[in-house]
Amino acid sequence: MSAAPDSLLRVEPPPAGAKKLLGRPGEFPESRRLVIGPFNRVEGDLEVRLDIAGGRVVSARVASLLYRGFEQMLVGKHPLDALVIVPRICGICSVAQSAAAASALADAAGLAMPPNGRLAQNLILACENVADHLTHFYLFFMPDFAREAYRGRPWHAVAERRFKAAVGEAPAEMLPARADFLRIMGTLAGKWPHSLALQPGGTTRAATSTERVRLFAVLRDFRAFLEKTLFGDVLENVSALATPAGLDAWAGGHESDFARFLDIADDLKLGVIGRASDVFLSHGAYGGADEQLFARGVWDGNFVPYDARQVSEDVAHAWLAGDGSRHPLNGETVPFSGGFERFDRFDQKPEAYTWCKAPRYGGRVVETGALARQLVAGHPLLRALVAADGGNVRARAIARLLEIARVVPAMERWARALVPDEPFCQQWPLPGSGSGAGLVEAARGALGHWLRIEKGKIAAYQIVAPTTWNFSPRDAGGVPGALEQALVGLIVGDEERSPPVVQHVVRSFDPCMVCTVH
Amino acid sequence: MKLLWLQASGCGGCTQSLLGAENRSGVFTQLASSGIDLLWHPGLSEACGGEALSLLESAAGGDLAFDILCVEGALLRGPNGSGRFHILSGSGTPMIHWVQRLAARARHVLAIGTCTAYGGVNAVGENPTEAGGLQFDGDEHGGLLGKDFRAAAGLPVINVAGCPTHPGWIVDTLFALVGGALTAESLDGWQRPRFYAEQLVHHGCPRNEYYEFKASAQKLSDLGCLMENMGCKGTQAHADCNTRPWNGAGSCVRGGFACISCTEPGFEDPGHPFMETPKVAGIPIGLPLDMPKAWFIALAALSKSATPKRVRENSRSDHPVIAPALRKTGPK
Repeated sequence: MSAAPDSLLRVEPPPAGAKKLLGRPGEFPESRRLVIGPFNRVEGDLEVRLDIAGGRVVSARVASLLYRGFEQMLVGKHPLDALVIVPRICGICSVAQSAAAASALADAAGLAMPPNGRLAQNLILACENVADHLTHFYLFFMPDFAREAYRGRPWHAVAERRFKAAVGEAPAEMLPARADFLRIMGTLAGKWPHSLALQPGGTTRAATSTERVRLFAVLRDFRAFLEKTLFGDVLENVSALATPAGLDAWAGGHESDFARFLDIADDLKLGVIGRASDVFLSHGAYGGADEQLFARGVWDGNFVPYDARQVSEDVAHAWLAGDGSRHPLNGETVPFSGGFERFDRFDQKPEAYTWCKAPRYGGRVVETGALARQLVAGHPLLRALVAADGGNVRARAIARLLEIARVVPAMERWARALVPDEPFCQQWPLPGSGSGAGLVEAARGALGHWLRIEKGKIAAYQIVAPTTWNFSPRDAGGVPGALEQALVGLIVGDEERSPPVVQHVVRSFDPCMVCTVH
Repeated sequence: MKLLWLQASGCGGCTQSLLGAENRSGVFTQLASSGIDLLWHPGLSEACGGEALSLLESAAGGDLAFDILCVEGALLRGPNGSGRFHILSGSGTPMIHWVQRLAARARHVLAIGTCTAYGGVNAVGENPTEAGGLQFDGDEHGGLLGKDFRAAAGLPVINVAGCPTHPGWIVDTLFALVGGALTAESLDGWQRPRFYAEQLVHHGCPRNEYYEFKASAQKLSDLGCLMENMGCKGTQAHADCNTRPWNGAGSCVRGGFACISCTEPGFEDPGHPFMETPKVAGIPIGLPLDMPKAWFIALAALSKSATPKRVRENSRSDHPVIAPALRKTGPK
């Protein structure tokens, strides 16, 4: 974990006995507090508060400052109305939210999809997730390396030309490719975001044979963009990279945006910053429960099968009423709103600092996202990178791009497997009562919906989103969430108001704040 | 023109939609080349934290002039009018106060999406967060800025409604503003640009033949008309969704599901399950706009009785089972 002396980002592992760092502001006499917000180029509203002592982050608090009340809205609704309402939680994870609701309803009804329905849902969800990975890389993450603070680094001129926010040449190449790729949505899901095409029994749109041909054409164009611009190599060569040494050798021999990122990451030592709990959760993605492209489970250095009973949430540090920790099936969301007629009286729960609940898996803080997905799925390169340095900024970015290289060929296979004139949607009666869980993977990680139906209406609805896991506040035991841990130990200059290093770590999780608190 | 974008209580979906605008060099280039300078956008600009806050403070204080304020997301006035449900991070100040200050400085104010225009999905049911639009609460004038608000250039809030809004609706509205072609007369009664709001989703519906014969879908994924059973409001909803494709090829009805009239105030609380058509005595409550009810019923009965077998059979299937007949060459 030692950093080269010429690195801009010097970092040391968190001090031993991390529990000592859980103090309240003011506990460290020489400390200063840095509040960073609006923390932009994430989806939604984020505030990060850092306590800095001796030039190092000693404690971090991550706050979600928007509460909309979706779980409250859903109670009393017709169960299928969830399919209209939940996509609108999030414009960037819209299909994932849809898929989770459809899956929870299917679970409640004991319903299976016909093969075409499953394939079409896979294509639609993969289209969103891959488009999101591109959006994250080109629009949210890479622009930070074009900052003035890095002028003088050998790669800065290239980074500025390619990745500068809004004006770089890369966004001008990526956006048309992304728009063309989203024609898959136009064809199979009507539109994106906020489609109603994903249903518990499959999809509402049976693709014709000519539309199937057009899907191939779209995928072929998209593959060409990826192979020319993002990777500079064929997708299969990228997804086959299996060892850190192999990756380094590959990076040296290719001209592409991925190779440019690896060069920057090397120089800035992004591989040794941003370590969280090193417990990784994936709900598994693409396919039926038994035959997913990416497996479901937990990775903590070993594969642990997923156990739904291990999930709990508490509200100890949220502006929400309630105590103890609850499984989402018995969860509740009651916004703390007692008696604060005036803004400055919002202090009745002084330990609270966010609207976000604290989800835990078997009591443990977990990280979720493309890195978790690929670790659980067994990708050898990512397992090797994490075995060496733990979860980190570089590995998270590599995981997203490798995943693009793995998923697009799978999309080609799914499109090929569609059988026009066979059914896409299973018909089914809605149960008057029951309960179900829908566990899917959004681009940024594990998304779960838990619902209960009584007398034909939604009686309870709880959502745990990827960034609820990653950007969790402290739990009832005072243990910080994944990002809160990942920020501790970063070196921050005395004059810095929005330190780039903090931005790299935060954005490496590809946060979605509108999903986090819904 | 300098454009400042804020995200209030929304899902960010209208920005995601905008990024899908179809242009050879992407939407950033498209806006820049037409003279729109993106001063700051929370999802897309470089400035973060203190840098961004300074910029917003300068704009709100009048030191940094700008032309267009785009707000994306509903305005949360709760709880108890405090705005506390949405604090602009880093500022300690409710978003509604930022929007009020910035709107007072802007030459034009655009509500991006139905949430910002009328409250939208944020306002479902009992509306615990006191969500509303910039100048409307549902179909009632009011909202955060009030009925009498006019931006510096003289127009009320321009409601680019839709959930999400179509990228073309935003781009065309901005281009019209840049070209000086958007006036008070360009807006409809709910302050939406008439270029898309004075059309119906029904126009150009690919299911038109099924509609003509009232050959209705009976279940999800059927090809038939979605109005009678599946909750479709395309004959009542104002938008050009079926003449201006979504994502190159789609629309809601093209995707096989109902139009839920997401450009209309109050669409979020239809009073019935979204995917079912409410009926009285077997007749849908929501009939096509501008059509006398008795005529609709009479024509529906007649056309149902005249439905060709091909249309009837295909309407109840997810793929065509009977192809249109071939006719020998010659005068038709």
